[in-house]
This record gives sequence, structure tokens and C-alpha cells, in this order.
Amino acid sequence: MAIHWFKYAAPASFYGLAGRMIPWFTGAAVVTTLVGLYIGMVLAPTDFQQGDSYRIIYIHVPAAWMGMFTYLVMAGWAAAGVVFNTRLSGMMVQALAPTGALFTFVALWTGAFWGRPTWGTYWVWDARLTSTLILFFLYIGYMALRASIDDPRRADRAGAVLTLVGVVNIPIIYFSVQWWNTLHQGASVRPGSSSMATVMLTGMLVMAFAAWMYTIAISLARVRSIIIEREQHSAWVGELLVAEGHGRPSGTSEALPGSNEQGAR
Amino acid sequence: MVSDPIYPLSAWELPVNFNWCLTPITVLRRDLLLTLRRPAELMTTLFFFIIVVSLFPLGIGPQPELLREIAPGVLWVAALLASLLALPRLFAADHADGTLEQLALAPQPLSLIVFAKLVAHWLTTGLPLTLLAPLIALQFDLPSSTVWVLVASLALGTPILGAIGAVGAALTLGLRGGGVLTAVLVLPLYIPALIFGAGAVEATLGGLDAGGHLSLLAALTVFTLTFAPWAAAAAVRISLD
Repeated sequence: MAIHWFKYAAPASFYGLAGRMIPWFTGAAVVTTLVGLYIGMVLAPTDFQQGDSYRIIYIHVPAAWMGMFTYLVMAGWAAAGVVFNTRLSGMMVQALAPTGALFTFVALWTGAFWGRPTWGTYWVWDARLTSTLILFFLYIGYMALRASIDDPRRADRAGAVLTLVGVVNIPIIYFSVQWWNTLHQGASVRPGSSSMATVMLTGMLVMAFAAWMYTIAISLARVRSIIIEREQHSAWVGELLVAEGHGRPSGTSEALPGSNEQGAR
Repeated sequence: MVSDPIYPLSAWELPVNFNWCLTPITVLRRDLLLTLRRPAELMTTLFFFIIVVSLFPLGIGPQPELLREIAPGVLWVAALLASLLALPRLFAADHADGTLEQLALAPQPLSLIVFAKLVAHWLTTGLPLTLLAPLIALQFDLPSSTVWVLVASLALGTPILGAIGAVGAALTLGLRGGGVLTAVLVLPLYIPALIFGAGAVEATLGGLDAGGHLSLLAALTVFTLTFAPWAAAAAVRISLD
């Protein structure tokens, strides 16, 4: 039995698939967030060294993981776009970027608020912090490049090249920053280096899972908007709009009110 | 092909077919010639470098110990910014008058042609910056042993700046706000070169051996020069669509 892997590479068929998947991932995200927060905020004991401030770990670590991982997923989609020249790949990269940047920012932000009570400072030039900051810059660069290109297909391809160059550079940047850091200041404080209680680790992993589910749900929702926006002149979008009662007579190729090629933020 | 008047060097009749390297050599000569005919552009980049470096003592204070301490970082960041400002010279003019399209249509690999452009660009940007650096090092009272390390680190590191910058410059060809956009794309990718380059000088200042830094910088140069022309060529093709 042959499976038609490329059937869903067409935006028109992926649009429906994404719509059917979103409720499941949203539900999983809500449930795991609630469970994870319950474990982290209620069940987990107070840390004897850091007090309750350590509980920010349940947001901070999953956000940092997700921020890094999302860039890898973007690079994977970018590579798929370069290899197969599929339109959906570029749309997925575009849909993932804001979420990745958001998580990276959340990791930096919560890290600052965690660092203040534990290290006594909002920011240290630690290797992890610095490379997370640089990762944030890479996300910003991708979105800035996208925003300044009007033709979405050119933006897809240019973004793919930039993402792939970035992902090759990430290990180099990480190790150079780490080495720079060890040369400049001795071993710095590392969060979570002590052995973690099982309940804390469970809470963190559940929250990490929740971050995954959230990212999948939100990027699918975003890619649906991107598909509709980019395919607004195609026949199937016209039929869809009529079927959903938006009353655009089929056959006209008028743009949707208030929409342009600016992309979904 | 051999009698093609566009390729002045193709009169070389060699037993092995070296025609594939004639276009890159022609491009290299042409780019060098174009820059040398308009030396003002070249000088502007160099003076930008000097001015930026001279601003730091004015902003921070003239204490020699402090200046010596910050000199490696300041010189390297200034070199970074100067080569960033020189990036539009790589492709922008050729893009505007259509030369770039003709180059992309050439039968020779575009990555090779981009490499030739990079060599020409380095000879007119990176090399002058490197040669100017000892002079600036005197302003910062750097000991002569470190000056040589500084020159070596810039000689090894400036090709990286040009090669990575070429990708950013090619991606932003013909876009609104191209210059600032190139900076945002390219500067984060410059960080490893900055760390190893400035680190080499700093290590020498601190009485350590700079060999490790310089070796890593050289490795990075080889790696970047291998892959960046390829990515830049892909970016040029995207921008020409």
C-alpha cells in the first residue's frame, strides 16, 4: 500500500489536515500545562537553597529548550523547501519563527528574573545566556528579512538560505561563546546543576511537553492563516469562503478585505 | 569559447581545459580595476575604521592601561563595522546595472565567480584594514609583540567577515532598508570571528600563547571560505528571480 506522502505538501490539502489537528494539540497543550503547573507549583517541594524562586524553572527551561528546538525544526523545513521546492515548507518556517522567537525571549526574560534572587544579578555573560541571546538575534534576523521582501516565494527561499546558514553557525557560535566565557571568567553559576528531585523533573518534563503541544498547535493555526492569505486568489479558497458563508461570489479574484502580503506577524 | 572576445584571457591555450577558471579571473581583475578607479570608496571605509577607533578614547578616557585593555575588542569591532559598511560594494552596483544577471548566466559555477568577487573585495577592504591596524594599535599603546598578533588575526579573520557578509549582502539585494537589514542578518554570525580574533590579541596581552586562537580562526576561515560562496551564490540567484 503506497502512502502518498506528498499529498499534504499541497497547501490546499494541508489546510484541512491542520484544521483537524489543531483541536487535539490545543487540548493536549491545555491539559499538560495544567498538570505541569500543578506538579510544579503545588506538588513539588520548596527548594532548600533557592526557596520558591526556583519554581520559575517550570517556565524557563521548557521555553529555552523549545526556543532552541524550534530553530532546528525551522532549519529542517527550510532544507525540505530547498530540496523539494514545496511551498508549504516556506510557510511552515514562517509560521514557526514567531513562536521560536517568543520562547527564546521568554527564556531570557524568566532567566533574568530567576537570576536576580539566586545569582544577585539580572544578567551575566554566561555561555548559555549569551548564546540564547544570539539565537534570539537569529530569529529577529529571519523575521526582519521576511518582512522586507514583498514576494512571498522569494522570502521563502531567502529565509531558507538564512536559516540554513544560521543553523550551521549555531554550534560554532555556541562553542566559541563557551570558550570565550571560560577564558574571561571562571566557572559561573549554573542553574539546576544539583541533582533534581523526581517530582521537580517530572513537572519540568510535563511543561516541556506542553510547550511542544503549544508550538505545534499555534504554528498550525498560523500556517492556516498564511495559506489562506497567500492562496487567496485560488479557486479552492474562493469555494471555501463561499462554503463558510463569507459570500464572495466564486470566480472573482478580489482580494480579501484588509489583507495584504505582510504575513502573519 | 576560446575565441570569445568577452574573455580576454581565453587566448591561453593549455593542454588541460582551464576555461572554467577564466571567468573568475576576469571577474577578479575587473572588480579590482573598478575599485582602484574609484579609490574614494576604498578610502572612505578606511577612514570610517580610523574614526570609529578614535572615538573610543574620547568616550572612555585617555588612561593608557584602560586603552590597552580594550584595544583588541575595539579594533576588532571597528573592523567588523567597517567591513559591514563595505558589503554593498560586493553586489549592489552589479545588481543595479544587470552585470550580476550576466554573471549568473555564465557557464562557470556562480559560487566560483562569487569567490573571485570575494577575493577582490578582500584585497580592497580586508587587506587595507589589516595593514592599517598597526598604526591604530600605536594609538592604543599596544606592545609591539601584540601588534603582530593583531595583524595576523585580522589577516585571517577579515576573509570570514567578507564571506559571511556576502551571503547577507546577496540576500538583501534590492530590498528596502538593505544596509541596516544586512547588519541585523550578518552581525550575529560575525561573533565567532570576533571572539577568536580579539581573543588572540588579548591572550598575547595577558602573556599567553595566541596560537590556539589563531588556529581556530584559521580553521573558521577555511570552513567559511569553503561554504559561504556556495550559500552566497544561492542567495544571488534568489535575488535575481
